[in-house]
Amino acid sequence: MEEFLQHIINGLNLGAGYALIALGYTMVYGILQMINFAHSEVYMIGAFSAFYGSRFFNLTEHPGWGSFFAALALAIVACSSLGLLIERFAYRPLRNSPKTNALITAIGVSLFLQFSGQVVFGADPKLFPSVLEDYALWTYGNVQLRLFDVTILSVACVAMLLLNFFIQRTRVGTAMRAVSFSFRSATLMGINVNTIIMVTFIVGSALAGVGSVLLGLKYSKIDPLMGTLIGLKAFVAAVLGGIGNLPGAVVGGLLMGLSEEMVVAYLSSTYRDALAFGLLIFILLVKPSGLFGQSKVEKV
Amino acid sequence: MRQLRHVLVIFAAALVAQACTKKNEGNAPAVDEIRIGQFGSMTGGEATFGQSTDKGVRLAIDTKNAAGGIKGKKIKLITEDNQGKPEEAAAVVKKLISQDKVIAILGEVASTRSLAAAPIAQQFKIPMITPSSTNPKVTQVGDYVFRVCFIDPFQGPVMARFAHDNLKLKKVAVLKDLKSDYSLGLSDFFQKKFKELGGEIVSEQTFQTGDSDFKAQLTRIRSTNPEAIFIPAYYTEVGLIARQARELGLKAILLGGDGWDSPKLFEIGQKAVEGSYFSNHYASESPNKATQDFIKNFKAKFNEGPDGLSAAGYDAAMILLNAMERAPELTPAAIRDELAKTKDFDGATGKITINGERNADKDAFIVKVDGKTLKFITLLGP
Repeated sequence: MEEFLQHIINGLNLGAGYALIALGYTMVYGILQMINFAHSEVYMIGAFSAFYGSRFFNLTEHPGWGSFFAALALAIVACSSLGLLIERFAYRPLRNSPKTNALITAIGVSLFLQFSGQVVFGADPKLFPSVLEDYALWTYGNVQLRLFDVTILSVACVAMLLLNFFIQRTRVGTAMRAVSFSFRSATLMGINVNTIIMVTFIVGSALAGVGSVLLGLKYSKIDPLMGTLIGLKAFVAAVLGGIGNLPGAVVGGLLMGLSEEMVVAYLSSTYRDALAFGLLIFILLVKPSGLFGQSKVEKV
Repeated sequence: MRQLRHVLVIFAAALVAQACTKKNEGNAPAVDEIRIGQFGSMTGGEATFGQSTDKGVRLAIDTKNAAGGIKGKKIKLITEDNQGKPEEAAAVVKKLISQDKVIAILGEVASTRSLAAAPIAQQFKIPMITPSSTNPKVTQVGDYVFRVCFIDPFQGPVMARFAHDNLKLKKVAVLKDLKSDYSLGLSDFFQKKFKELGGEIVSEQTFQTGDSDFKAQLTRIRSTNPEAIFIPAYYTEVGLIARQARELGLKAILLGGDGWDSPKLFEIGQKAVEGSYFSNHYASESPNKATQDFIKNFKAKFNEGPDGLSAAGYDAAMILLNAMERAPELTPAAIRDELAKTKDFDGATGKITINGERNADKDAFIVKVDGKTLKFITLLGP
């Protein structure tokens, strides 16, 4: 029982990370009906900007909340700017061309960033700076709840609540929902669609930045190809929850994290990555619209 | 039709380009140099393996060249990076043989990558020496593949004996890497011997190279209360595993093999690896004169102390150079025959004799992680 509880804690942590990244996929899909494959590299760049930033500002010398939030801010700024650049220079010129063009460009941008990362940062793994000291907050028998666990879960929750407030309660958020509902009608209502798309990329990328710092702290290792697998799993999480649906991405991410942890614990680590793709195939076969997605009828 | 013409033009251009490169190749090998190829993981998750080995190899070759080379010819080392990937290892070894025309090959550290390259060296009959691949299958590929280190059927039992006899442990858990031939082999040999000695393997968990989350496996291991965890893996994963084990409150001693040897182990593992033991090819405190000379020369050249893989790389290169010196002519076949005759070579990692299976008969050093250094504990024979 104690063991099971610990697996739940581990799984929720991993899942919160997936959820933050999955939100970025789902937001862009909701507005542009396009899968932004470069999103996983935005996540990678977030981790590296926190790495180099905390070196530059000597954040590891005074580990604590100040340093933690400074690293978080660095990653958020770097990710948002990168997301903005990608949208402006890679996707916007293709706005009116067929969807496949944008999709292939996304894969291209993703590969470009991965391999530029290997050239610029070096291919060897680096250690994420310890900007926050970890210790056990609560122990019950063998089960430990540590500061990192609580931090990851609470920061992720706050980020998601802020996102929810932003989308549901602000003017820009309302405009976003309008654009996602109908591109053309939104334009007719006087909404500047380009601005809204830019904001979508900024917010989605910022969430990936938050995820990169949280998972970096927890699992310590970062390298230029770290985004690939985690990005794919987050994408599956988004599909699982119903792509385009925000609460769906969160639930999908948590489910992915929990089930991955359980598979490794009670079956074998061989199935760790197989699980994600097995799930993807299963969803596509049984409920292609995902847990919370609505199936739309496409008129020809 | 027009498209077909384009395709044909491209095809013709490719043929011309290929003809040109062929011509260049023929002119390439100069007469007055001996070409030795080296392949290693200069980048990637095990980058320090390739870089350390390379330093040892370069030290050996530069020393030889400064002393006049072999048979009046200078030695040229051509190094290729395989990024830590087996498929790259096979590709670069093919390139070294067919394009650079090397007459001998040094490499790799990781058994998985040595195993990917060895069949190619064997096929072209170019002698290949691995400095530190310990999986027994590597030299079984053929009579052109050698190694200058001990093998896992020796290293595993040594660690089992050390755990049982010296540390008096009874309950050990194992955490092994499913993607690595080295890890699987070492884990099997360790478990077999440890059970034979009367110990108990309380849990066996697996992971895969490149994973960064080991909490599920470690939580399982924690529930069985082992006194020690044997982790036959490479330093990046070992460091992360050690950290996460301590985070989960596991206090068990960590044990491992020569794959732990890297300065990065301390950087990644930090306090978590303190007090762990592993078996290695070399210890800097060894009283052996050849070892101490090697350390002195290495420090003079690179301004830092060598690790075990540098020492193994140095020995592999020295054994190759000595065989070339003895060979009547500089052909791959003659060099191979002399390599097989290597006996009582006084290397940086101890006395090396190449046995009938083209492996080295050697003792293993047990070292303990003490701050940022490795403390020599004991020397164990077969």
